[in-house]
Amino acid sequence: MDSKNIMIVGVGGQGTLLTSRILGKLAVGAEYDVKLSEVHGMAQRGGSVVTFVRYGEQVAEPIVEEGQADVLIAFEKLEALRYLHFLKKDGVVVVNDWRIDPITVVTGAASYPDGILERLKKERKTIVVEAMAEAKRLGTPKVFNVVVLGAAARHMTFSKELWLSVIEETVPPKTVELNKAAFEAGYQLSV
Amino acid sequence: MSEKKILLGNEAIARGAYEAGVKVSAAYPGTPSTEVSEALAKYDEVYAEWSPNEKVATEVAIGASIAGVRSMCAMKHVGLNVAADPLYTAAYTGVNGGMVLVVADDPGMYSSQNEQDTRMVARAAMVPVVEPSDSAEAKAFMKYAFELSETYDTPVILRSTTRLSHSQGLVELEERKVPEDVPYERNAAKFVMMPGNAIKRHLVVEARMKKMAEDAVSMPINRAEYRDLSVGFITCGIAYQYVREAMPDASVLKLGLVNPLPRKLIEEFAAKVDRLYIFEELEPVIEEQVKAWGISKAVGKEIFTVQGEYSANLLRERVLGQKMEFTPEKDVPARPPILCPGCPHRSVFTALKQLKIRAAGDIGCYTLGAVAPLGVIDTTICMGASISSLHGMEKAKGTDYIKNWVAVIGDSTFMHTGVNSLMNMVYNQAKGTVIILDNSTTGMTGHQDHAATGKTLKGEIVPAIDIPALCRAMGISRVREVNAFDQEALVNALREEVNADALSVIITQAPCALLKGLKFPDKCRPIPEKCKKCGACLKPGCPALTKNEDGTISIDETMCNGCGLCMQLCKFGAIEKIKAGE
Ligand SMILES: Cc1ncc(C[n+]2csc(CCOP(=O)(O)OP(=O)(O)O)c2C)c(N)n1
Repeated sequence: MDSKNIMIVGVGGQGTLLTSRILGKLAVGAEYDVKLSEVHGMAQRGGSVVTFVRYGEQVAEPIVEEGQADVLIAFEKLEALRYLHFLKKDGVVVVNDWRIDPITVVTGAASYPDGILERLKKERKTIVVEAMAEAKRLGTPKVFNVVVLGAAARHMTFSKELWLSVIEETVPPKTVELNKAAFEAGYQLSV
Repeated sequence: MSEKKILLGNEAIARGAYEAGVKVSAAYPGTPSTEVSEALAKYDEVYAEWSPNEKVATEVAIGASIAGVRSMCAMKHVGLNVAADPLYTAAYTGVNGGMVLVVADDPGMYSSQNEQDTRMVARAAMVPVVEPSDSAEAKAFMKYAFELSETYDTPVILRSTTRLSHSQGLVELEERKVPEDVPYERNAAKFVMMPGNAIKRHLVVEARMKKMAEDAVSMPINRAEYRDLSVGFITCGIAYQYVREAMPDASVLKLGLVNPLPRKLIEEFAAKVDRLYIFEELEPVIEEQVKAWGISKAVGKEIFTVQGEYSANLLRERVLGQKMEFTPEKDVPARPPILCPGCPHRSVFTALKQLKIRAAGDIGCYTLGAVAPLGVIDTTICMGASISSLHGMEKAKGTDYIKNWVAVIGDSTFMHTGVNSLMNMVYNQAKGTVIILDNSTTGMTGHQDHAATGKTLKGEIVPAIDIPALCRAMGISRVREVNAFDQEALVNALREEVNADALSVIITQAPCALLKGLKFPDKCRPIPEKCKKCGACLKPGCPALTKNEDGTISIDETMCNGCGLCMQLCKFGAIEKIKAGE
């Protein structure tokens, strides 16, 4: 199989690192070769962050390049737009319908674009997830990223059982049930 | 019985050190090298410490090596500048137990102030360099580096880059094997580097590098992969992966030892392939040597770049001539990093801005005080330079000139090299105001402890060096401690000290908002009826605050941790503090 290329984008502090680690373990669990690439340091302070996950029979480079992504998972919608050109023509974007103003917008130096979801839909297959509302319904906005993952899961090749067992071994023990529920919620959303 | 695990490049380096039987590791944090030491500290059998800076860390490793055990230190590329002094001479002394310096470069400058290439430093210092290209190699090369170190009696650098350090890949775990400690015997001719001895050691260094270059031809970490002979690449590190990705049929000479180079192997490879490319990130280190040997068909920086990271698409475009037309969406505003909500630095910079004071800055999260909307930091050079450059300004232009200047430096940076600069101010009778932003951690690199936090890398609780007492012990009488979130106290202290005609230190104190275990009992909440829509609260650029359509503000409850800065800036009492969850 050709390698499957996943990108996770968002704003520093939104949990892209945790998410990519879950994907890494999934690929190992499914006995693929896997590489992933993360951003640490400066950008983690509220900047635009991107994480790459690649799995398949044999993976060389750890990054996903422009025009090569199969799935773009975006925790914030402006970030989906920023990295849209990384997606293959037939790639899927799974986007959290959530807005975080960059400092350039807060200070008035730039404006937050209107109609992002429509622009995404025009270009690529787009799945919109109301992850924040869903997570709040489950009790805490913190698990929104697992809701988004749940929605994205349908576009990857791992079994649901594997997803749940990896989530269980990755998240803090006290939050296992909550995270599983968040995954399930996302999974159901994107039927 | 062997177990495969997915490891970060840096974790794999640590694993390699562990399996190689390392007993002592010393480091100062620095992206992208930090996780090497954090991962190593988890192994009980290894002594691992945070040292105050890279020079100290390297000397600790040298001492451990002289004592006869395998030792290492780790740092980012600019850290090697700080450690350059011991490095250059350690090349002369050689080692007793094996010694490896892990040095991580940052092509693309994700988190750095420059883009220097460690291989250049290593060539100047006459130190061998190995360079892996994924996590599995990172572990294997680390072990090999210790063998090289002992075989050739030299410190060895393992060079990484951000992409390698922060990528994960599968690694097969093996057992730890600890070699016998090498007995210590006094050997002044080798370890006392005064002229008479050093003159002889210089010859040893030259001979060693020559021998290594010859032996490198058959080292297993240098590997010629012959496939299609019409095109060949000489490459190393992560760049190898891009070649494999874009041109899987091309022949490749993959160099694991990048200093010194295996000349015969390179000549042989060059002769076999029709077209020859040298594909190395940053400086043309391999290329210049290859061309100097008369291999004129080699093509490198003519078509590639010395800046930033490489990619498979770069090869597709420059070598295969494919059109790379991926147009990013238009009108996407940039999202640069910012200070977190509840960050004490924002509060201090707000006071500086109000008083129109400029700052000679330093390196850390607080460097973000240089950009909008705060914009109070005018200079950032290297760690420690804030204090010494303020000193230089005063000596150049006099005390009045720096009445509207201060130096700002983080607590970790102060312990790193700032303390030397402050000693210099005392000694040379300087006047000026130094602000130490004490957030009880090394924030920028992900919260490492240091000598003034009271905790070690291994998690032991130890006496913390008392920064105010340290400043007073230098003979500075004007040392003040101020709550970093108290605007009034900050403004008063600043006014008094910049006008004092003296050397003063203001230590602003409040923990980093991201420190583990901190509880934030309060939140700030707007009272829209009282709001006069003046926007004063928005000025410091706290990401928890947004302006509503009608000009009033909202505060995101999930982000706010009740630092109270916006509340203090509101003249109309239109922001209140409430208990979280109310
Ligand atoms: C010589 C050198 N070593 C390490 C680094 C990496 N680095 C950048 S800032 C910093 C320390 C930041 O800590 P602190 O001064 O306490 O400021 P904070 O980030 O907490 O605000 C480090 C280790 C560097 N830039 N240069």
